[in-house]
Amino acid sequence: MSAKEKPITGTLVNIAMWMERRLHIVKIWNATAGHPIPKTSASWFYTFGSMTLLCFSIQIITGILLSLAYVPSAAEAYRSLEFLNFHVELGWLLRAMHYWGSNCMVIVMFLHMTQVFLWGAYKYPRELTWISGVVLLFLTLAIAFTGQVMRFDSDAFWGVGIGAAVLGRIPFIGGQLVSLLLGGAIIGSDTLSRFFAFHVFILPGCILALVSLHLRLVLLKGINDYPKPGIQVNRRTYDATYEEIIRKEGIPFFHGIDKDLVANGILLVVIVSLAIFVGPNGPGIPADPAVRISDARPDYPFLWIFAAAALAPHGSELLLFFVLPIIATLLLIGLPFYSNQGEKHFARRPIAILVVLLTYLGIGMLSYAGLTGPWSPQMEAWSGAPTKREFIQARTPLELQGALLFQNKQCRNCHALGGVGGRRGPDLSDIGTRMDEPLLVRQVIQGGGNMPAYGNNLSEQEVRALVSYLVSLRPPHTIPAQIPSRPEKTERVSTGEPAKQAQSGR
Amino acid sequence: MTPNESESHPSISSEAKNHSTRRDFLLKVGVVINTIAAFMIGIPIIGFIFSSLIKSTPPVWFSLGPISKFPEGTMRRAVFENPYRREADGQTSRVTCWVSRIQGDQFKVFAANCTHLGCPVRWFAQSQLFLCPCHGGAFYANGAYAAGPPPRGLYIYENKVENGELKIKAGVLPTLGNPV
Repeated sequence: MSAKEKPITGTLVNIAMWMERRLHIVKIWNATAGHPIPKTSASWFYTFGSMTLLCFSIQIITGILLSLAYVPSAAEAYRSLEFLNFHVELGWLLRAMHYWGSNCMVIVMFLHMTQVFLWGAYKYPRELTWISGVVLLFLTLAIAFTGQVMRFDSDAFWGVGIGAAVLGRIPFIGGQLVSLLLGGAIIGSDTLSRFFAFHVFILPGCILALVSLHLRLVLLKGINDYPKPGIQVNRRTYDATYEEIIRKEGIPFFHGIDKDLVANGILLVVIVSLAIFVGPNGPGIPADPAVRISDARPDYPFLWIFAAAALAPHGSELLLFFVLPIIATLLLIGLPFYSNQGEKHFARRPIAILVVLLTYLGIGMLSYAGLTGPWSPQMEAWSGAPTKREFIQARTPLELQGALLFQNKQCRNCHALGGVGGRRGPDLSDIGTRMDEPLLVRQVIQGGGNMPAYGNNLSEQEVRALVSYLVSLRPPHTIPAQIPSRPEKTERVSTGEPAKQAQSGR
Repeated sequence: MTPNESESHPSISSEAKNHSTRRDFLLKVGVVINTIAAFMIGIPIIGFIFSSLIKSTPPVWFSLGPISKFPEGTMRRAVFENPYRREADGQTSRVTCWVSRIQGDQFKVFAANCTHLGCPVRWFAQSQLFLCPCHGGAFYANGAYAAGPPPRGLYIYENKVENGELKIKAGVLPTLGNPV
């Protein structure tokens, strides 16, 4: 046996040695997997970076496979996705993995960034690592957005429309930017082609280039030593201190990958499980501008921006869409320069903790608002939402007429009764305890506070009926609202011209 | 060549001088050729990238059909094929607009795109309002701003009646930067 085996092993060793002499594999291994890292950096908190890279790898593999069946044409994209979902063997699973991999990539990347921020890893000498990471974050969001457009269903279509509308708001060059974005006069085939080019060539290329830079910087400047409260970063002494740490307690990089391995395994299982049990996203309603839609909602990573656009005060859009993002970007990129030295540990950086808390709360709450979308009117509530008995029984004929008007004039699309209906405006289940007749008449006729004026569309009798119904909307055993500042009953306001909308009413 | 370098390579200094003049000349020729080549390649590439700006696609006149389709005093939805339609556009070249026939030949044609963020508004005849499904923008029957986040009234297409047909000037996605 051994006599037979020996020549084979010998040949294999010879081949390996030949490859080694040509490729210098050992040298590359020592410079990368073997490079020394501080022992303290082999921490569970340091696993998010490799998890982000794992997500990106999944995206590349599933993306290339999906491109085998996907047709980037406005006329065909939707059908090719349905073909992938229902006809290509396991096509649905690959679509689902690409979708959930994308969501996970954004989340894990954000966690990675938070960790780097809280652990002070962006400080001297890792400024460029942070900056390349910030650019990678923007690139990842861009690739997520362009990926959502690939679906080319109704949400994607109107999502591009929203993007065009946002660009169109830029002073002076807005119109030209819209043409550049759409590649033509309308959202159509040229638009999808250009988003496709960005999604599969330009952005992945940029991301690969920046990931290489990012990793190169990690190798050059070393992994951040685990911060201890009280230890200050000083530009003059840090390099020597780091070298000292490496010399004293350095371990080869691959000795510290056990935790990365576990974390990445869990992430992989999570992504595949989500893909299997939740499935792919859509495609939803086909992208036909002639089909009525009830709402257009972006994918998870953009829900908070969607919500911010809805909740921003009237006229603040320029500030929200351009000034704030520019300031935020400058603050992010400038971070390692205005916070270059000093404490690394978050226990000594209360403002950093506050920033993280506020960011997470803000994005979390806005995302929740975006998911539930309380500002979107329910376009079918006026004809479809049931009215509970308590809102109708024991009413006078006039009040019942008002109840009918409340449905027929689409009031219900924005105002809920008993929680059923739109939530754009306040729930009116107990409006009778908050507003009296003159106030309600004024509100109905003049509108205000996001409500259109109904003065032109309702006769005096209709206003009377509607308002008498609204006054009757209050829980049993409560008295109608009485406005204390009004000493005597004012003259009834008659229906007339709707007053010009007062913006201050918001 | 700096004195330091010539000192470190004394043996080739005399020959290198001859070579360096030839090399300098070739370098200059190379720079000139490559500059010309860069322009020859670069200008078409830049032109291609910005072609959607160079080749302008202005709104054009086309017919929405006979005016008898639109009864007087009503608001009707009209769907038209975009004049810049290509085969690959599929359904996306179908564009919706709202046609209000005030009386006789008097029309007002509104783009369906909300002026806030471009979602398609829907007309409610009972309350005489356009409502936007995205963020609750509202517009009156004459297209004027009524409520919600939109910065202005609905976009209005120019229209005219010719030979009993209603014609509008459209074909470009209306945005604030390019309001029809």
